[in-house]
Amino acid sequence: MLKIKDLHARVDGKEILKGVNLEVKPGEVHAIMGPNGSGKSTLASVIAGKEEFEMTKGTILYEGEDLDEVSPEERAHKGIFLSFQYPVEIPGVSVTNFMKTAINESRKARGQEDMPANEMLKLIREKSELLDIDRKFLSRSLNEGFSGGEKKRNEIFQMAMLEPKLAILDETDSGLDIDALRIVANGVNKLKSKKNAVILITHYQRLLEYIIPDFVHVIHDGKIVKSGTKELALELEEKGYDWLKKEPVA
Amino acid sequence: MAYTEEELKKELETKEYEYGFYTDIESDTFPKGLSEEVVIALSKKKEEPEWMTLWRLEAFKGWKEMTEPEWANIHYKKPDFQDISYYSAPNKKPKYESLDQVDPELLDTFKKLGISLDEQKILAGVAVDIVMDSVSVATTFKKTLAEKGIIFCPISEAIKEHPELVKKYIGSIVPPKDNFYAALNSAVFTDGSFCYIPKGVRCPMELSTYFRINQAGTGQFERTLVIADEGSYVSYLEGCTAPSRDENQLHAAVVELIALDDAEIKYSTVQNWYPGNKEGKGGVYNFVTKRGMCERNAKISWTQVETGSAITWKYPSCILKGDNSIGEFYSIAVTNNFQQADTGTKMIHLGKNTKSTIISKGISAGKSQNSYRGLVQVNSRAENARNFSQCDSLLMGNECGAHTFPYIEVKNKSAQIEHEATTSKIGEDQIFYCNQRGIDTEKAIALIVNGFSKEVLNKLPMEFAVEAQKLLEISLEGSVG
Repeated sequence: MLKIKDLHARVDGKEILKGVNLEVKPGEVHAIMGPNGSGKSTLASVIAGKEEFEMTKGTILYEGEDLDEVSPEERAHKGIFLSFQYPVEIPGVSVTNFMKTAINESRKARGQEDMPANEMLKLIREKSELLDIDRKFLSRSLNEGFSGGEKKRNEIFQMAMLEPKLAILDETDSGLDIDALRIVANGVNKLKSKKNAVILITHYQRLLEYIIPDFVHVIHDGKIVKSGTKELALELEEKGYDWLKKEPVA
Repeated sequence: MAYTEEELKKELETKEYEYGFYTDIESDTFPKGLSEEVVIALSKKKEEPEWMTLWRLEAFKGWKEMTEPEWANIHYKKPDFQDISYYSAPNKKPKYESLDQVDPELLDTFKKLGISLDEQKILAGVAVDIVMDSVSVATTFKKTLAEKGIIFCPISEAIKEHPELVKKYIGSIVPPKDNFYAALNSAVFTDGSFCYIPKGVRCPMELSTYFRINQAGTGQFERTLVIADEGSYVSYLEGCTAPSRDENQLHAAVVELIALDDAEIKYSTVQNWYPGNKEGKGGVYNFVTKRGMCERNAKISWTQVETGSAITWKYPSCILKGDNSIGEFYSIAVTNNFQQADTGTKMIHLGKNTKSTIISKGISAGKSQNSYRGLVQVNSRAENARNFSQCDSLLMGNECGAHTFPYIEVKNKSAQIEHEATTSKIGEDQIFYCNQRGIDTEKAIALIVNGFSKEVLNKLPMEFAVEAQKLLEISLEGSVG
């Protein structure tokens, strides 16, 4: 599904990613861990196509297609979803209205008609129940005045609505208390299938107790320095990141 | 194809030779220039009674002694008032035989706004050969209104048919010498609308569709007078979301609203005059005086969506004379490219327990300048007056400007005045967030702008709100690269 080869990227002239290699297949859950400033979030933004991030070398293939010339919205239409670490506020635009626009824009790109209103309402009801979301919440302005937990839950709600093939969750666990974390993790687990893949970007092992990854990668100084299974995450929890920083790259 | 200013000028020049000036022959257009003779000739042309002619002359006398105001935050080349023709008969001949001959760009905009084919024809000035639905609709409207005793007609007709009402109220709210442009309008207004709602009558429809069709070609000096008698209600809609490519550069309208005891007037405007091209050439200068008077327990709401004109100078105001009266002002002003807007309101609290609300949303893009200017005045006898003002500005890009000039004058200690102001910018992060959800940049801006303007859009009559929303999108098209 996703094949990243020797990816180099920079922002404001500073090189952040220095040769990332990663392959994600349908049905897999990958966790990307690493210390602050290692390039985790940059990787997420580059896959989503944020313009400030300049790819200087390497390729990102998504379902066999080179994403280099593909705009962020087209990537979204093709099924790439990014759950933001810091979701932005859009005053006066309700969650429902935002989702309606997003879904219909993707449908339009695929040559489909707008989703009929009753179908939309059904989908909203279904997904909000799945994530234990009060429907009053959906008529509030997008992220305006939301608590940290509400913002993250709203991201997962959007993911549920858009049903992406590849979901990248950028530090979705940060700022969540244990109850919110459980709800978010449950949501992600329910949305998992053999056809879609998830990349979890996280600082802590905590989230991985709820969403079990197939692979764990450690990123340091713009490169993946170690890959393994879920046991690697536990090892990191115990030892920290320092021992990896010293290890030579394989 | 499109009728250019050059062609118009040429036509004016030849007309002058053809008919001369003092002749009574059916001349369609007056030669350029303004003088007492022109005012008299105009009044005569419109077959007005003597009192009206004298009223115009008095206004003209006042105007001659006035100078153009310079306090507004706008910069432009002052119009040459002797270089304007002050009368031009409405063009009854259709300009085109079919829609195929109309500027495709204009038709494209009509389509985006979702305007029906029949209406497109009328707006573009295309000949319509069959009796059109909308025309018969207009006739039905007129009948319904007449049954309720509502008078709704061109003001030129009202001057002849209802002189007692016009004489009593015209200039009572905006005196002929109120300001430079109001004086000019009083002297030379060509036509406009008159509306009277009798005591206790609730006008059964928005005075909109009818108006929209009949409004085309009203001319550059429009005069509107709306009188809501005791306990009556009317919702009045002015303007049109369709782009108005008028050949006249200067527009100086006057609108007067009178809400007698317990009456309510809701006045909504969508203004979309030609804003000039991307380089800032051309475009309409829009200098408007709008004011309403509230008697006891009366209410006036002004709602405006201003997207057009090169220059907008406009302050719909309320004089809250009667006790317990209410004034409201809801505004969205969009400026793009080189447009300049200086707009706002005046809320004059005279009576006890009077209330006013001001919600102003300014959106600036390109190299435009957008100013809110508002006065809240509480008179010494206005016990318990209350005002709430909120002015929000949204900026797009780095070359535009947003300005707020609030004036507050309070002479009564019991007054409660609140003023809130915010300025925000559409951020790249907001756009990227939308992009990531599959929404392209153009649509993302539309979404953000509509969210920003929602409180005001909600105040518009339903069918108009949808059009206004689309209009906002079109006005800002291409404003972020």
